[in-house]
This record gives sequence, C-alpha cells and structure tokens, in this order.
Amino acid sequence: MTHLGIILLQNNGLLPWQEAMGTFFTEGGMIVVGTWIAAGLTLFMFSFVYKDNPFFRFGEHLYLGISAGYLMSLYFFNNMKPKFFYPLMPFLDASGDSTLNLWVIIPGILGLFIIFRLIPGWGWLSRITFAFYIGGFTGISFPKVLNGLLLPQFYATMQSIPWQVNSLDSAVLLLNSLVLFVGALSVLVYFFFSMEHRGFIGGVSRVGIYTLMIAFGASFGYTIMARISLLIGRMQFLMFDWIGDEIVARIGSLFHGG
Amino acid sequence: MQFLRKQFPVMLAFVMGMAMFIREFVPSKFSEQLYYGFTDWAIVIVGFSAVFAILSLLHHHMNKVRRRVEGYGYSVITILAFIQMIILGLIFSVRPGTPAGWEYQWLFVPMQATMFATLAFFIASAAFRAFRARTWEALALLLAGLIVMIGRVPIGEFISPHLSTFSDWIMNNPSMAGFRGIILGVALAQIAISVRIIFGIERTYMGGGD
Repeated sequence: MTHLGIILLQNNGLLPWQEAMGTFFTEGGMIVVGTWIAAGLTLFMFSFVYKDNPFFRFGEHLYLGISAGYLMSLYFFNNMKPKFFYPLMPFLDASGDSTLNLWVIIPGILGLFIIFRLIPGWGWLSRITFAFYIGGFTGISFPKVLNGLLLPQFYATMQSIPWQVNSLDSAVLLLNSLVLFVGALSVLVYFFFSMEHRGFIGGVSRVGIYTLMIAFGASFGYTIMARISLLIGRMQFLMFDWIGDEIVARIGSLFHGG
Repeated sequence: MQFLRKQFPVMLAFVMGMAMFIREFVPSKFSEQLYYGFTDWAIVIVGFSAVFAILSLLHHHMNKVRRRVEGYGYSVITILAFIQMIILGLIFSVRPGTPAGWEYQWLFVPMQATMFATLAFFIASAAFRAFRARTWEALALLLAGLIVMIGRVPIGEFISPHLSTFSDWIMNNPSMAGFRGIILGVALAQIAISVRIIFGIERTYMGGGD
C-alpha cells in the first residue's frame, strides 16, 4: 500500500513499465477496439434524437462516471500533487524542486470542513471555508472587474464619433460607431428599472430591446453553427474512421450510378 | 460556539476581502506572495470540494442501488465507471498512452462531442417554435439568427456574396452593442455584490448548514 502511495505521488516522469504500456495503448489493436467502442457510444448518444431509450441512458451514465473519474484524476495530478502533497512530503518529488511547507495544512483543514457537511451537526464548519474563499476572491475580483471589464467597456463605447463623412468608408465608420454607442446605451437604459419606461426613456428602452433581440438572434445562429460543426465532426468519424473511406465511396457510387 | 457559527465567518470574509482588495493597490513582494499564497490555498480547497462533490454523487447512486429503485442498474454503471477510471487514472496517470488516456480518447471525447452535437437537433426544433415572427422583436431575432447562420455556410455565398459580410457586420456591431450593454450591467452588478459580501450584507454564499 505504501508502495502504491509512492507511485501515485511520484514526479511526473515516466516509469519504465509506463513507457511500455504507452505503445500498447497508442498503436495497433487498441486503436481498432477504441474506434469500435467510440462508434457504438456515438450511436447510443445519437439514439436520444428519436426518444429516451436504454442505450442512451447507458451512455449517459457511463459518461457521468468516466468524466467524474477522469476530471478527479486530472485535478489530482495537475493541482493537488504540486500544491498540497509535495509541499507536505517534498521527498516524493523526484525533481527536487519542492520544499517543505507546512502552511498547506491550513487549506487542507479548510477543505476538510467542506467534507464535514456530510456529517450531521458538523456542517456549519464549512461556512468558515466559504467565507475564506468567497471573501478572498471577492477582494481580488473587485479591482479586476473595475480595471479589466467595466472601464475598458466604457472606454470602448465612449470613443469619439467620426462625424465628418467624405467617402463610403467614413460613412460606414460613422454608422458602426453610432450603432455601437446608441445600441449599448439603449440596452443600459432598458436595464435601468429605477425610471418608468415612458416617453423618451420608453423610446430609448425600445431601441434597447431591438438591440438585445438582434444580439440574441446572432448569438443563437452562431451557437447553432457551432453545434452543426460538431455534428459534422461526429458524422465524419462514423463515415470515414469507422465505416472506412472505401465502403463510403462504394455506397456513394450506388447513388451516382458508378 | 455561536460566535464561530455566525459572526466569525462574516468577519473572516471581511478581513480576506479587504486584504485582497488593498493588496491590489500596494505593489510589493509581500502583496504578490499574499496573492499567490491565497490562490494556491484556493486550489487545495477546490480539490477537497471536488472530493465532496464525488462523495455526494456516489452517495446518490449508491442509495438508488440500495433501494433498488427503477433503473438502478444505470447507477451501477456510473459507480463502476467512476471507480475503474479513478483507479486507472491515479495509478497510471491520465496522459496519452495510459489506460485512462485511452478511455479519455475513445469514450469521454466521443460521448461529449456527440452529446453537444445532438443539441443541434433540439436547438433547431426549439428555433422552429421560438422563431415564429409574431412581433417585430421576434422578427428582429429571427432575421439576425438566419443571416448569421446562412452567412456562414457556402449556400450563403451562393445566394449573395455580400451575405457573409453582412453576417460579420451584425456580429461586430449591433450584436456587440447588445452584449456590451449586458457586460456593463454584469460588471456593475459584480462590483455591487462584492461590496455587499465584504461588508457582510450578503451572506447567502455561506449556505445553510446547522
């Protein structure tokens, strides 16, 4: 068990048996097996388009388990090992870069407080962790949002409008500047609920609604195209990686009379 | 004990919030160490909270198996898939060329991509219902969506060579104006909520607990 623990916490360098295993999983038969499994699971997931069925539910639950396990392992190697275990046990770091740092026991204890939520009567301890974490990140994000988001967006919106029009390009530039300025301002007015949206304010807020609708429509269209691109990717996998170019070409020739 | 449960977390949030806020305006080695020290500690805390999330997930599915509720077999699949992946992942790591890396490539990636690809069908069917131009606002939504979609495929070029230019113009001007308004609103709200959290007015982040 101790040996296993040392393997888990060792440095990221490859061990001899890991190297031998690497070639087994990246070459030959395992790729064929992988392609068939991936194709089967792709069809399982696509079957939901027809209706909910046992094949989809199998895939869905398998995905849940696999993704949870994978992300946990990834987090362990990328974050917990260098930030928690190596500072506590620097002798496990073969690179020798780590030094003993017992301060990491404090976030370890704070982390345990979160797990205590599972124990009746001990759940309140997690409040200390949440206060520490949320309080700290609130202090960090406050100036960052101000400097990195709010002021640059205001600055970009309040550029001087190029009123002089002497060519088609300058007319387009003027139109774009007006659309950006009036659009952003009208959206802000629409979200300003401290004033009644009547008269002039009502008119500006109405322009805000139209700007928002165009923005949502464009974003919707863009999202659909991204999903369609994924769909094409999966279809290409099924047709060319799984079924194979030759068979797809033969099926195609049936329709083209070849 | 009452102090530890109620007042101490609020005080801790205030101290942490103010310390991290002030350090931004005091450029020094100490303030840099404070920042990186805090973010490193936060990474460890997130690691433990991930363990908590996994325990909750397993608890939920084990309860289903124990009670033999309908479809408990699927919960068995989730539990087994998780256990084998975490064992393989921790022993052999998750890099390419390991059993976990292989599972990532041939199970995780295809299933995730297919799940998002499937959404194309559901978005299309939702669009069919949502995009009925009953009002002028809905018409604006419909037209913007259609132009952006058609402007990004070869048929758009076939209909009019200017369609893709117009699609880009919509994305870069009216769409950007709309999202800029939203981003400004979000940024203002984020600043307001930060002040509320630091001064202990907003306490919902602490959750329930007993």
